[in-house]
Amino acid sequence: MAISRRNFLKCAALTAGGAVLAESPFVRAGAKAVIKKDIRYVPSFCEMCFWRCGLIAKVEGDRLVKLDGNPLHPQSRGRLCAKGQSGMGLLYDKDRLKTPLIRTGKRGDGKYRKASWNEAYSYIAEKLTKIRKKYGPESVALFAHGSGGAYMGNFMEAWGSPNHSHPSYAQCLGAREVAFTLTFGQGPASTAERYDMANSRVMALFGSHLGENMHNSHIQDFVDGLGNGTKLIVIDPRYSTAAAKSSMWLPIKPGTDIALILAWINIVIKEHWYDHDYIAKYAIGFDKLKEEVKHYTPEWAAKKTDLPAKQIVEAIRELGRYKPNVLVHPGRHYSWYGDDTQRGRGLAILNALLGTWGRKGGIWLPPKVNLAKLKKKIKYPKPKRDSLAYGDYPFSSAGITTEVRQATISGEPYPIKAWFVIGTNLMKTMPAPEITRKAIDNLDLVVNIDLMPTDMVMMSDVILPAASYLERHDDLAVVTQKNAGIAIRQPVVNPWKDVKPAWLIANELCHKMGLGKYVEYKTLEEHMREKAKLWNISYDKLSKVGYIAIPDSYHPYITEKNQPKFDTDSKKIELYSSALDDEDMDAVPRYTHHREPPAGSFRLIYGRSPVQTFSRSINNKWLWELKNDNEVWLNADIARQMGIKNGDKISLINEKGAKSNVGRVKVTERIRKDCVYLIHGFGSTSKRMTMAYGRGIDDTQMMTHYATDPICGTNGLRVNFVKLLKES
Amino acid sequence: MKHYAMVIDQSRCVGCMACIAACVQENQVPFENFRTRVLEITKGKFPKLRTEFRPELCNHCDNAPCVMACPTGASYKRKDGIVMIDRDKCVGCKACIAACPYDARYINEEHGFADKCTFCLHRLKKDLEPACVATCIGKSRVFGDLSDQDSEVSRLLAENESRVRLKAAGTKPRVFYINRYPTKK
Ligand code: SF4
Ligand code: SF4
Ligand code: SF4
Repeated sequence: MAISRRNFLKCAALTAGGAVLAESPFVRAGAKAVIKKDIRYVPSFCEMCFWRCGLIAKVEGDRLVKLDGNPLHPQSRGRLCAKGQSGMGLLYDKDRLKTPLIRTGKRGDGKYRKASWNEAYSYIAEKLTKIRKKYGPESVALFAHGSGGAYMGNFMEAWGSPNHSHPSYAQCLGAREVAFTLTFGQGPASTAERYDMANSRVMALFGSHLGENMHNSHIQDFVDGLGNGTKLIVIDPRYSTAAAKSSMWLPIKPGTDIALILAWINIVIKEHWYDHDYIAKYAIGFDKLKEEVKHYTPEWAAKKTDLPAKQIVEAIRELGRYKPNVLVHPGRHYSWYGDDTQRGRGLAILNALLGTWGRKGGIWLPPKVNLAKLKKKIKYPKPKRDSLAYGDYPFSSAGITTEVRQATISGEPYPIKAWFVIGTNLMKTMPAPEITRKAIDNLDLVVNIDLMPTDMVMMSDVILPAASYLERHDDLAVVTQKNAGIAIRQPVVNPWKDVKPAWLIANELCHKMGLGKYVEYKTLEEHMREKAKLWNISYDKLSKVGYIAIPDSYHPYITEKNQPKFDTDSKKIELYSSALDDEDMDAVPRYTHHREPPAGSFRLIYGRSPVQTFSRSINNKWLWELKNDNEVWLNADIARQMGIKNGDKISLINEKGAKSNVGRVKVTERIRKDCVYLIHGFGSTSKRMTMAYGRGIDDTQMMTHYATDPICGTNGLRVNFVKLLKES
Repeated sequence: MKHYAMVIDQSRCVGCMACIAACVQENQVPFENFRTRVLEITKGKFPKLRTEFRPELCNHCDNAPCVMACPTGASYKRKDGIVMIDRDKCVGCKACIAACPYDARYINEEHGFADKCTFCLHRLKKDLEPACVATCIGKSRVFGDLSDQDSEVSRLLAENESRVRLKAAGTKPRVFYINRYPTKK
């Protein structure tokens, strides 16, 4: 011990932060122990998740040593979450993709050879050319998440395919945005979540993972609200982190939320707890709504939801009493039972009745931003065939991943023969991974652009290693909190030598395919400078401070002069949706009974950890250290009956016989008896993810079944029932 | 003379662990060791429950058993209240680890000395808050000087009922817990 202590003293000057350096494979030859290091602070914004908080990177020599929040940036306000703090774990991950790879074995068996970029591009070009010849350019599809998606979107446009899809839509927020758009003409999500939680008198959260999904400023607002004495009502079958902060927890029976919402709407109308003037001025369809909901009594809802009628009334009374400075938050990861748009309609109607849209403590109005659009120098070709990614749903408003997957299998309405995947681990994102696998088997080409060898990456033919958010530029970001502003992402360190930023990959692919005329810029930075100039912002200042506010953009609340605009057919808030009526769909939500788990089975519900961004971050050493496993939450009484103890090994098996890998049980009072809960994203099957491989249970694997929303095609993901098998 | 202390408002803690991650990076805490943690403690029976989030770290005790147990004088108490370890004097004997009733210390295996939270003394010297405080998403952790009556820590302790961990142990901790907005159940 004493010897090593002396060793320490000798190198103490260099090791303030030496741990990462010592084990990083990314150390360049020139980066030998430099005693006097120059220290730089570089602002940028985070992409450990998609909240995109402003950060300041502390760089010693050419090594990143610390990440802190940028105080100027309204989404971090000087603070970063655990993920944001641990960005170096991604940057210096020894398992990162370091060079292009081309598959040599069968798909999924993990055999690859190293390739040069040119080889990789040539491989792709050859396949693409064949596909275009035989099936047309539309037979190439894109699955995208994160900043890189936009550039690959440009490539798709240049190539002539309209088939872009986004898991953030069908597997997450889609139905909620559609519901609010049908009601208010606009959704509250964007990146900001326009819920004015810091100023709210009463907040009702439906199944929300607030605090467990760590979206920095959103949580800061939430806690500031608690600090200001907000009354919190949480509706969730599980006693979540948010529930732990509540003054009223409604442990609702899963699948019955619409019953509660309809009863609340009825009570609000009957008791005249709605905002009369607001409704008279801004809404239409009140009488029809009133008529349709009049039978939904608290007693009726109590039977459906397994909540006491008294509690149902008590909760809505609080909202009614403090309206309009209240809010009803639908939560994220919103896709549950296949009638999610209707649930969202119900929540939107409640918000409307309580007058929350545009009110302090409710849902703020978007900031006013009038930024000129950069003139497109190019015109993309018009695809000959319509996108198949929207499916056959009257209100789908973005590409649906599962529709592309289905077409890949069926060849209808036309074949899909190549997938480009960027920033999304489809094997863990889309339900029913066995169907994804089947679709992949039908493809002539699978290309992945990513940082880590995820499950999906290991299914591809060509793997293109991307630069991380800490090594690249991305287009200027317009931040729309209550105040709007412009934020910059720029490299804080040089990229590892053989990885490339997605914008460059997209441009090079264009050139390779003879589509050079559609490439808009030589370097992205040149494009960013041009934009900054157009917007009258000093690019140099921006790159020094990281964020510049747009003056006079703050108009969050309704005033005489600041009137809300509702972009619906009627230009009013539609309590009764004529758009849905026209499609022969319920213009006012109705309650549908969902199947319940048979005896001995549990509904599988899933959620999030504040230190992980799904399967994206699970190999990050510094996050792994905080959370590297997911336990199955099981109700304590049930556990006792089953003879299961906390920490026991189990596996899950679903109704179709799909069996999970072995994990552990968390025996807890914090969940109802009819469901079990898992944090999403664990159970990596990729051996190249050496920290994460095989750890925890993959909830997606248990989702062989999903319920499609007839309105917008999103996937309800809380419809699988599982049994627990004891393991030793 | 300064009298450093931390006040943790548990009603504002959401168990997000940003504090832990910040501490690990700021202080280059060796892999799988921690200077701070956040406990999640649930009491009650469904549906009458209460879950408490409790961040823990070295208490910088005024009556510090680790300091008393240290045979070499490596562990010492500064005048401003911070309990520190002189790495030069530490022989890694673990007496302090055994003496600390709060499980706040670990051995830096690579270099063989005991280590723990320093209240981020190196940052205080630069007029910066401790890393865990600076990034706390819930603004649950508040740091300051108790000898200054106008400091936020003084004010919080004056206005709220506070607790310390294991009061009966008589260690006189300088990390105080409050719960400003008790949730009614
Ligand atoms: S919430 Fe955390 S991970 Fe997401 S962008 Fe902000 S700091 Fe990064
Ligand atoms: S004060 Fe500094 S050393 Fe102590 S727990 Fe906080 S970050 Fe870690
Ligand atoms: S950062 Fe703050 S809110 Fe998050 S766990 Fe730590 S003390 Fe609690």
